[in-house]
Amino acid sequence: MLHEIVTQGFLFPNEIEVLWSLMIVLYPYITGLVAGAFIVSSLYHVFGKEELKPVAKFSLVAAFAFLMFACTPLLFHLGHPERAFNIMFTPHFYSAMSGFGYIYSFYLIVVLLEIWFVFRPDIIARAKSSTGIMKALYWVLALGSMDDSEEALHIDHKITLVLAAIGIPSACTLHGYVGFLFGSLKSNPWWSTPLMPVIFLMSAIVSGIAILIVSYYIVMVIKKQPVDNKCLKSMYDFLWGFFIIDLTLELLNELASIYAQTQSYSIIAQLTEHRLQFSYEILQLGICSAIPLVVLGFVSLKTMSDTLRNRLGLICSALILIQVLAMRWNVVVGGQLFSKSLRGLTSYMPTFLGREGILVAVILFTMPFVVMYVFNLILPLFENKGDEAQG
Amino acid sequence: MVTSRRDFLKQAGWTVLGGGLMASFVELPASKAHASSGDRTHLYAYVVDTHKCIGCGKCGEACRAENKVPDEFYRTWIERYTIYADGHVDVDSPHGGEKGATPIKKAHIDRSFFVPKLCNHCKEPNCVQVCPVGATYVSRQGVVLVDEKHCVGCGYCIQACPYGARFINPKTHVADKCTWCYHRVLKGLKPACVTVCPVGARQFGKVNDPNDPVGKLIKEARLQVLKPEMGNQPMVFYNGLDKEVR
Repeated sequence: MLHEIVTQGFLFPNEIEVLWSLMIVLYPYITGLVAGAFIVSSLYHVFGKEELKPVAKFSLVAAFAFLMFACTPLLFHLGHPERAFNIMFTPHFYSAMSGFGYIYSFYLIVVLLEIWFVFRPDIIARAKSSTGIMKALYWVLALGSMDDSEEALHIDHKITLVLAAIGIPSACTLHGYVGFLFGSLKSNPWWSTPLMPVIFLMSAIVSGIAILIVSYYIVMVIKKQPVDNKCLKSMYDFLWGFFIIDLTLELLNELASIYAQTQSYSIIAQLTEHRLQFSYEILQLGICSAIPLVVLGFVSLKTMSDTLRNRLGLICSALILIQVLAMRWNVVVGGQLFSKSLRGLTSYMPTFLGREGILVAVILFTMPFVVMYVFNLILPLFENKGDEAQG
Repeated sequence: MVTSRRDFLKQAGWTVLGGGLMASFVELPASKAHASSGDRTHLYAYVVDTHKCIGCGKCGEACRAENKVPDEFYRTWIERYTIYADGHVDVDSPHGGEKGATPIKKAHIDRSFFVPKLCNHCKEPNCVQVCPVGATYVSRQGVVLVDEKHCVGCGYCIQACPYGARFINPKTHVADKCTWCYHRVLKGLKPACVTVCPVGARQFGKVNDPNDPVGKLIKEARLQVLKPEMGNQPMVFYNGLDKEVR
């Protein structure tokens, strides 16, 4: 059933229908998960946070899996997806959007290379121990390089370090860029703020950490293996820290808007009160922010049992995932719900079916997890406890 | 074996670098294909006299017929402003004002007037700046156009336009907007909306021609533009623009 558009006040006649749909909400959400997951992997690879070792490989592959599907929502949205590569073949460099193809490709190459170097010992080990087609597969994956001598692995490690170090600014650029797409549009007072790229980046990092916590926990439950509490505790700490920065920036943005009371303030106030009351006031700035902020503080600072800490941490991570999704929705959809005449509001509700509907969004969001599952069949995402004991 | 991997990496590095360099050269066609800011002149301007407009909607009808504008989308429209004695401002544009104005609420009204709107064909257009593929461009005469064979339909230009002048055409799936009837202008004709306006509220002409009424108006009359704070430098000028108009 199609949602009936409800308008209020005056809109320019071409503004009645919201153009950037659920797909454009999903795009920065998935891209954000990439940046966040990569930061976690770099905390181990570059900054030597040893306690994050249990999720180091998983976070890197998660970044890759989300990256693989970061563009797909855009393809479902474009009027002419078959012309998508025009953005790389005939880029118009004055446009912030034109950099996307290059930033994305560069980052994908960095992540792929890093994955190859990190997993090379596993690939070689499996190439040696397997037979038939699987042996051939691992040989191809190893690109024919079967040298796993100490010297070679040492070089691999050094290259990994460099790649991870390049990857951090790349991840920041990728997501800062997504924020810039919105923040640089002077025509839209809800988007146009220099804080936008920073807010996007911080929320990307928290969402990435949160999805790793939730996924790691679920995977361990499915595998019937105990979770590494030290690793989880470290991730809760980082999540809390980054979330404080993220929320501060979001509140600062809100406060600046209220305090400045520019011409657009009246319609922005109506937007948040009438159209985004649930997703902005209740979800984004309300329960999904207040609870994680306070509870994660306790989780980080107070001594408590592992079980209680993990339960609280898990709930907070899930809430933060909702908070960031709500933030993406509020920015992308919210920015199109009011008229540039500043005199009226429209409404938007995604359809369930259809090219840009909820079903497609759910499928697209599920696909990275399928990629991670398939990857895990070929190469181990997690260190096996038994292997460690033997090692 | 270590050397072979090093060689492999070296080659891979050169390939990536070479690819990047090539890609940077590929940028040229988009910017070459269309006039860059250096070699274009803003030959034409459009003047709207809000004192003259009677809100008949003939301009909208003519535009739809001339340009096959799809239903429920608008290359031009007419807004009606009604400012009541209590300060309340009412703006409406049912069917883009194409079917004429509807009866007004009976109350004490301070002033009421019509404001035709269209693409402003800005000198510094946001839409052109943000188009990632160079499909939206400024012609050599200063008319902002869309290459519908190149546009990817991302909608970024629509978000960037402060005037709501653009839309995604549901038939072509690319950005669509007023072209000042470019196909007519190239033949020395006026845009359809200007031709049919019964009261001369819409005028189109050459900016620097002193014998052209539009050129004369721009030189001598005290005209305004919409949202000057955006810095787009619109080439659609308004006579009698009220402070309530955005």
